[in-house]
Amino acid sequence: MSLDNYLYLSAILFTIGAVGVVVRRNAIVVFMCVELMLNAANLTLVTFSRINGTLDGQVIAFFTMVVAACEVVVGLAIIVTIYRSRRSASIDDASLLKR
Amino acid sequence: MTMLTNNGLVYLIALPLFGALSLLLLGRRADKWGHLLATGLSAGSFAVGLFQLSEMLGREAESRPVTQKIFTWISVGSFNVDASLLLDQLSICFVLLITGVGTLIHVYSISYMSHDPDRRRFFAFLNLFIAAMLLLVLGDSYLNLYVGWEGVGLASYLLIGFWNQKPAYATASKKAFIMNRIGDMGLSLAIMIAFASLGTVSFSGVKEQAHQASEATMTAIGIMLLVAAVGKSAQFPLQAWLGDAMAGPTPVSALIHAATMVTAGVYLIVRSNFVFDAAPTAQLLVVIVGAITLMFGALVGTAKDDIKKALAASTMSQIGYMILASGLGPAGYAFAIMHLLTHGFFKAGMFLGAGSVMHGMNDEVNMRRYGALRKFMPITFITFGFGYLAIIGVPPFAGFYSKDMIIETALNAGGVKGILLGSTALLGAAITAFYMTRVMILTFTSPKRWDDNQHPHESPILMWLPMAILAIGSVTSGFLLSRGATLKHWLEPLFEEHGEHIELLPPIVVSGLALLMVAMGVALAVVKYQLSEVDAVAPENVTEFTRVARRDLLQDEINETLFMRPGQAITSALVKIDQSVIDGAVHGIGKMALGSGSFLRKSQTGFVRSYAALILIGAVALIAAIWVVTT
Repeated sequence: MSLDNYLYLSAILFTIGAVGVVVRRNAIVVFMCVELMLNAANLTLVTFSRINGTLDGQVIAFFTMVVAACEVVVGLAIIVTIYRSRRSASIDDASLLKR
Repeated sequence: MTMLTNNGLVYLIALPLFGALSLLLLGRRADKWGHLLATGLSAGSFAVGLFQLSEMLGREAESRPVTQKIFTWISVGSFNVDASLLLDQLSICFVLLITGVGTLIHVYSISYMSHDPDRRRFFAFLNLFIAAMLLLVLGDSYLNLYVGWEGVGLASYLLIGFWNQKPAYATASKKAFIMNRIGDMGLSLAIMIAFASLGTVSFSGVKEQAHQASEATMTAIGIMLLVAAVGKSAQFPLQAWLGDAMAGPTPVSALIHAATMVTAGVYLIVRSNFVFDAAPTAQLLVVIVGAITLMFGALVGTAKDDIKKALAASTMSQIGYMILASGLGPAGYAFAIMHLLTHGFFKAGMFLGAGSVMHGMNDEVNMRRYGALRKFMPITFITFGFGYLAIIGVPPFAGFYSKDMIIETALNAGGVKGILLGSTALLGAAITAFYMTRVMILTFTSPKRWDDNQHPHESPILMWLPMAILAIGSVTSGFLLSRGATLKHWLEPLFEEHGEHIELLPPIVVSGLALLMVAMGVALAVVKYQLSEVDAVAPENVTEFTRVARRDLLQDEINETLFMRPGQAITSALVKIDQSVIDGAVHGIGKMALGSGSFLRKSQTGFVRSYAALILIGAVALIAAIWVVTT
């Protein structure tokens, strides 16, 4: 099986994630879509690492995972706080920053 | 030739300066004895001056000048200015005049100002003036002179506005200060030209280079020095401040605006004789200014009813004589100084007399409200009378010798110039006799025109004693100074030799002519004021000339139309330009930033999803761009 298929898969996953971020309103879903994009990128990195026969891509994938973990901690905390104060998890409701 | 040094010179200035500082710094604590300290220090300075004179008399003519270096003031490359003093035959005359007359006026002021709550401040300013004026005449370079020049300007400002609770007086002091600034600018320009073209600003340095430098340079320096002299000495066309300066207390008018400060211009021109000798054009201008002013002051003097303003106009006219003489070259310098010294005596004496009259008449200054004061103030009458005889030039009083010499020198100046100047000076003498006789008659000998609630009385001894001493000076100084040409020989080493002596008319004829003119002036005044009724209120149905002369020959109107209003117009135009163009540009930039900010702000919707979409589009566009470029 050609390694290209992994790249196709990751492109599809990334697109699904990106579309999800743009079109969905629920903060949790948007958050999951972001994770999907990150993991699509990870898959690409690992695939190229395999193609080139070096470990660089895999190392960066680990970094991405650490960043993603941190992001989940902070992001979920924000979402929960917003839900508590506004009784809504819709990201369109939290648009006060423009004023 | 190196000059002798003498470390005593600084005390001349230090004593009154110490008085001024301590009186001002101690404040009310010095109220009780401040005037005594100030008078004592002024007298001390006079004593130092007398001592210096006796030392000087003991030396040969060439080695009479002495210097003292106080400290190095400016030392930049080749340009060196020391704060040092120079006492020579010319400065000693001024030192003795300033400290002598100054001390008498201090004594007078003790009594004259005794009811003023601010007497201590008055004496502090008087001492400050004495110190500044001494620095002016003792400085050995134009820069040192300039410090004193500004100092006397400051003291004059402070003393004219001494009663500054009256807005008119405060305005008068401001007017004097501002008009003096024009002259001061002339002096600073003269210093700058001297430095730029000659590389030195000391008297001796400029004198050395006067012959090598181009005539244009010397003319420029000379004209700028003339501007300075015109401002300080209230000469045409900067004469307008002197009349208003009479707002100050009368002793101030006597000391500053008659005897000393206003003659600083004459000192400057005589001191700069080497400049003017090398610049005939500037010298001619000096003569013209002097001639115009002596007529101007005399004409104004004929119409003034305020005794102090009449005397001020007379001061202006007499300084016109001095400036005229100092513009006549080496022939005239000594006579300018001689008239300055005799004028210092008789005019200060007359101002003090006017102060004494005001003291006895509840500060009334209108001569039309005087009359018959001879009986009530005999001492004032006699001392004032001596001053009067001196100023109109009756022999053997002081003014006869000094003014006669000026008229004679003017007549002998040669050609049409001599005849014009001489006849102006003669005519001026006639008018002087007229207006001074008018003052005398209106004040002392005509029938009384004051109300019965006035109680004129003679002034106390502290006031009449200085007047009496000055009156003695008015009688004797002319004779003493001109006998055997004492002053002329005394000052001679300072000036260049002058060429052949032209004699248009023999001296005795000139004296006769002058006396004839004086007699005519006196006779006219006697007919007009003694033999006919004088109104207690200034009559309205007068000739156009009187009307104009009462308003100082329209000097204020002319200044206002030519300078003040255009100046105001320029200023308000500049303010408008500042507000619309400069402020407009600054505000415009601010508004532009604000506007673009509020326009760009619209893209910040606050919706997270739109930001995400924008980032996505951006990323895609970036990748697409890279892809297009690389393939």
